[in-house]
Amino acid sequence: MTMNRETLINSILAIALVAVPLIAMGMDEPFIITLATKVAIFAMAGVGLNLVLGFGGLVSFGHAAFFGIGGYAAGILASHALNYEPIMESPFLIEGTTQMIVIWIVALVVSAFVALAIGAITLRTSGVYFIMITLAFAQMIYYFAISWPAYGGEDGLSIYVRNGFPGLNTLDPISFFALCAVMLGIVMLFSAVLIRSRFGLALQGARQNAQRMTAVGIAPFRIRLVAFVISAMITALAGALYADLNRFVSPTMLSWHMSGEIMIFVILGGVGRLFGPLAGAALYIILEHLLGGVWEFWQLPLGVLLLIVVLFARGGLVGVLAGERKHA
Amino acid sequence: MFSLFLEQLLNSLQSGLMLFLMASGLTLVFGVMGLINLAHGSLYMVGAFACAAVAAWTGSFWLGLVASVMAAALAGVLVEMLIIRRLYNRDHLDQVLATFALILVFSEGTRWLFGSFPLFLSVPDILTGTVVLPGALEYPIFRLAIIIAGLLVAVGLFLLIGKTRLGVRIRAGEADRGMIAALGVNIDRLYTVVFALGAALAGLAGAFVGTTQSVQVGMGEPVLILAFVVIVIGGIGSIKGALVGSLLVGFTDTMGRFLLPHAFATFLDPSSATAIGSALASMLIYIVMALVLFLRPSGLFGTEA
Repeated sequence: MTMNRETLINSILAIALVAVPLIAMGMDEPFIITLATKVAIFAMAGVGLNLVLGFGGLVSFGHAAFFGIGGYAAGILASHALNYEPIMESPFLIEGTTQMIVIWIVALVVSAFVALAIGAITLRTSGVYFIMITLAFAQMIYYFAISWPAYGGEDGLSIYVRNGFPGLNTLDPISFFALCAVMLGIVMLFSAVLIRSRFGLALQGARQNAQRMTAVGIAPFRIRLVAFVISAMITALAGALYADLNRFVSPTMLSWHMSGEIMIFVILGGVGRLFGPLAGAALYIILEHLLGGVWEFWQLPLGVLLLIVVLFARGGLVGVLAGERKHA
Repeated sequence: MFSLFLEQLLNSLQSGLMLFLMASGLTLVFGVMGLINLAHGSLYMVGAFACAAVAAWTGSFWLGLVASVMAAALAGVLVEMLIIRRLYNRDHLDQVLATFALILVFSEGTRWLFGSFPLFLSVPDILTGTVVLPGALEYPIFRLAIIIAGLLVAVGLFLLIGKTRLGVRIRAGEADRGMIAALGVNIDRLYTVVFALGAALAGLAGAFVGTTQSVQVGMGEPVLILAFVVIVIGGIGSIKGALVGSLLVGFTDTMGRFLLPHAFATFLDPSSATAIGSALASMLIYIVMALVLFLRPSGLFGTEA
């Protein structure tokens, strides 16, 4: 591949993501490492959404549901393990765990089933119906989490010790960052391979012209459903990491503001671009940190900025910097 | 038991009618302009805050009520002319993002102006107290007044859409935007008027509901999502669908929260019956929505998906 401006920007982004926490470690600034970890996790959630939103053209406004399911997978399994209470005893024994790998697998499997159910209903509709219904189902899970008292209800659930990963001290900020960054790298690589595969081409084809896809013998519904499930799983993985970063999970992770924020990461960075979510998440966290430090009501200028991006700079950050419009 | 049931029935009607005031504006804006407006809940909030501020300033709830309609309509006109107008020809993603950005601006702006603490609206003197209804039920007059006002506004809206020249234009706009523009209707002004009408209805609902609950930032968001469920059930763009959907959602939600814990208590111990009952009740309207969509993907009165 020739080195065009977008590739250059992508390389700078990737290098910055790794370099900033390393410099912060040298300067003994653990808070900055935490911010970088947050960027990596939010970027991963965005990579998940970007798969359906950017490449599939499906505006899911309910991805907080999957983000929260991942978070609750971490919170619930860890709380059972720490309290030595099995999750269920009959017909067979299931115990909690503090092993991230097991938690991730649970998060992936549960989110896949939920996404399969939600996708099967919502993908029967399209356009504005799809937006509203994905939002409504996410709200359903949100209200369920609030009114279900077993796992903290509205107050959420604390994870007293960050879950473990073999051979790694996850409580050490830079180690946990490294874990998140590597996972982000794997997810982005997977996403890049996926969108270039036959499946990815079919997904993008279904966005551009669903009728023509049908005519060549590929059912858009099945392709979209699979993409929706994969997208949900990636976002759930990010959610599990986010719960471990904060050592806390609450219904806020499931709220529609969260869905909106994940969407903002994708849009600020640039829809349908591999590194878009990383650029968007980084910009969002930097804005939150800088503006939030100066003015309590920092979301007001954020809203104005978002309006400007939507109305005037449709390629997002990567699009503006790369100086070219991506063909929709 | 009968009076409790009747009370919940009236509460269902009240919440259904307030939802209709929200949903009718949303569905009109979508039907005529093809716009999905997330900031509709912000206009509801603007109405509630305008009512609370003016009522506190002048001491008159009625002036506050007038202010709520005017402020929401004015905010609607401003937002439509400055921002929303640029979104009609954009795809739904841009509309969602821009109106989500508007929510951030409205919510943070209101928090900046009024602070984070909830404001309270007091009911005007002639509407305080209760009336005795059949079954020895004592029902607050104010809630009864809201029901009557909601019914009157609903009838008024149906007359406006069905019988007036503006209504003809709105219906024509829903049927074919390009054609009525070609026939010489000032389409830009029609859009602004429709948006302002929806905003005024949302503002009125905000003032009413703000009086029974409290006025605070973010109050519009739960209602907005319920209104989405309503118009998805009713069929996007259909006023009749919005009415049926509102009443269905109002009844399902209120009666579910009231009856489900009782129903589970017949075979479970009280504490887990309350837990399961209320958790299930909070999901009930979404289950109804999923059922409706499964049978009719474009809603009860919708024409196309």
